[in-house]
Amino acid sequence: MALLTAGSGTRAQPGSRNHEVHRSRRRRPRGDNVAAYLFLAPQLLGLVVFMIGPLLFALVLAFYHWDGFGTRSFAGLSNFADVLSSPRIRRSAVNTLWFTLLQVPGLMLTGFFFAVLMQRAGKLTPVYRLAFFAPVITSSVAVAAIWLWLFNPDISPVSNALRAIGLPAPNWLQDARFVIPSLAVVGIWQGLGYMLVMFMAGLQSINRTVLEAAELDGCSEWQKLRHVTIPLLSPTILFLSITSIIGSFQVFDYIYVFFGGTAPDSSRTIVYEVVQTAFSEFNFGEASALALLLFLALLGVTGLQLAAQKRWVFYSE
Amino acid sequence: MSAYSNTISRAVTTYKRTSGSGRPTLHKLLLHAVLLVFAVAMALPFAWMLFSSFKPLGEIFMQPPKLLPQDWNVEGYRTAFSGADFVRGFWNSTYIAVTVTAVSLLTSAMAAYAFARIDFWGSRGLFVVFLATMMVPGQLTIIPMYIIMGWLGWVDTHAAIIVPPALFNAFGVFLLRQYVKGIPLELEEAARLDGAGRIRTFVSIILPLLRTPLTALGIFTFLGQWNNFFYPLIFLNSSDKFTLPLLVNQFKGMYASDWPALMAATTLLAAPMLIVFAIAQRQIVEGVALSGSKS
Repeated sequence: MALLTAGSGTRAQPGSRNHEVHRSRRRRPRGDNVAAYLFLAPQLLGLVVFMIGPLLFALVLAFYHWDGFGTRSFAGLSNFADVLSSPRIRRSAVNTLWFTLLQVPGLMLTGFFFAVLMQRAGKLTPVYRLAFFAPVITSSVAVAAIWLWLFNPDISPVSNALRAIGLPAPNWLQDARFVIPSLAVVGIWQGLGYMLVMFMAGLQSINRTVLEAAELDGCSEWQKLRHVTIPLLSPTILFLSITSIIGSFQVFDYIYVFFGGTAPDSSRTIVYEVVQTAFSEFNFGEASALALLLFLALLGVTGLQLAAQKRWVFYSE
Repeated sequence: MSAYSNTISRAVTTYKRTSGSGRPTLHKLLLHAVLLVFAVAMALPFAWMLFSSFKPLGEIFMQPPKLLPQDWNVEGYRTAFSGADFVRGFWNSTYIAVTVTAVSLLTSAMAAYAFARIDFWGSRGLFVVFLATMMVPGQLTIIPMYIIMGWLGWVDTHAAIIVPPALFNAFGVFLLRQYVKGIPLELEEAARLDGAGRIRTFVSIILPLLRTPLTALGIFTFLGQWNNFFYPLIFLNSSDKFTLPLLVNQFKGMYASDWPALMAATTLLAAPMLIVFAIAQRQIVEGVALSGSKS
C-alpha cells in the first residue's frame, strides 16, 4: 500500500508543467513525427482495427438487418423500435437495474465498513485481506460454479442452515423473486475485496494530522468519520461508484454459467440479451442496436454522476 | 501470535493515552472477532468447493450437509480428468495470458512514451481518442469484432483472443503515460548527450524506471486474461482450443449432477490463481489497487 501512495506522489503535476516549459522552449527536431508514430504504431493499429473500426461498424449495423452471411438490408430505426417494444428486453432492462440497485450500494457499504475496520487490524490485516480478496482474483466461472452449489435447494448448506433456524429457504435461482438478489449476493461476495482494497488505499492517503486536529477539537469517532474521513474520501467514492455501476450494467458471466443459453426471463440482463440476440438468433442488427442503447445509458449515468460531483466531491489538492 | 499481542499492547497504550481504561482491549477484541467471523464467511465457499471435490457422490445429498468428507476419495478428479482435457486448458489459458500480457506491456509502454515525451502532430487529439475508448463497453464492439475475425479467418483460433488485447490497451497507455511524465527529463537528456537515440533511451532509461507500474499493470492484465470468459466464449468453438474457464463451463453442462466432479473441475480452475495469490498477496493487491486508482 506504501507503493500506492508513493505512486500517486510521483504523478507529479509539477513534473508535467516542467515538461511543457521545456517543450515550448526547444525547437522541435525534425523526424519527431516519424519517431512518435513508430512508437505508436502497434497500439494505433489496434485502435483502428479493434476499436474505431468495430465501433463505426456497430453504429452502421444497428440500422441494418443482417445475419452476418446473407444480404444486408437497411432497417432504419426498426431495430431500435423492436428492442424498445420487446417485453422480454424491457424485463431484462428492469432486471439489470434491479441488480445494479442491489449490488452497488451493497458493495460500497460493505467495502467501506470492512476497510474502516481493517485499518485498525494492525499486523493481522494481511490475513483478513487474504480471505476478502481471494474471490476477486478467482475466475467468475469458478465463482458461479461454487454458488450454483450453494444455491441448489437440495444440497445447499445455506438453505439447510436457514431451515435449521426455522426460516424458509427459497429456491434461489428458480424463484423469480429471488434470482436477481441471489446474483447480487454472488457479485458482492466476489467484488467486495476490490472495494475494500480501494477504500483502504483511500483511507491511507488521508493526512493523519487532519484527523488528529479533529480529535483535539473533541470530535467523536462518528463525527470524525462523517465530517473528515468521508469528505476526504469522496473522490474514491465517486470513482468506485462510477466503475461499479458500469460493471453492474454489464453483468453476464454468472447468468451464463448458471443457466447456459436458456436463462428464464426473470434472470436475463441486457448483456445476456445482446449475446443471445447476436450469437444464438444471429440478429446482428438488433443486437447492435441494443448494445448501442446500453452504451448510451452508461454514458448518461456516468455523465450525471460527473455533473453531480461538484455538489459533494471534495478534492483536497 | 506475538505479533498479535504486540499489536494489542501497542493499541492499548495508544488508547490509554487518549481515552479511559478497560475499553480499548474490548474494542480490539470485538474488532478482531467481527473481522474473523466475516473472513471465515468469505472463505467458506472455497472450503465447500475444495472439500466437496473429495466427497463420494452419495455424501453430497447427506442431511444435514457436512463440510468435511467422511470418506475422502479422488473419484471427482478422476471423472474431471477423463471428461475434459484440463491440462490442455491450463496450458491454453496460461500461454494466452502470458503472451497478451508481455506484448501489451511493451506496446502500451511504447505508446505511453510517445504521448508523454514526443511532441508530434495530432498528439493531443489522439490521446483524447484513446481515453474516450475506455468508455466503450466490450459488448458493443464484440459483434463487429466477430465479423472482422471471420474475414481474417481467425474465428476459433487463439489469434482472435490474443491479438486484440495485445495490440490495444487504452487503459495501459493512459496509466503508463502518467508515470513516464513523472520521470525527470534530465535523465533522458543526459542519455541523449551521450549519443543515445530514442529507442536506446526508451529501452535503457524509460523501461527500467517503469518497473513498478509495469509490474502492477502486468498483474492486472494477466489476471484479466486468465479469468476472461466473455471473449473466448464468443470466439472459440472447439474444446481443444478452450481456455480453462470455458472448459469448466462446458464440463458443467455435461456433468451437471455429478457435484464432486464439478467441484473438482472448479477447484482445478480456481486453485492456480489462489496459490499464486497466497504467495504474492502484497504485490497482487497493490497491483490491482494501483491500476484501479489511476483510471
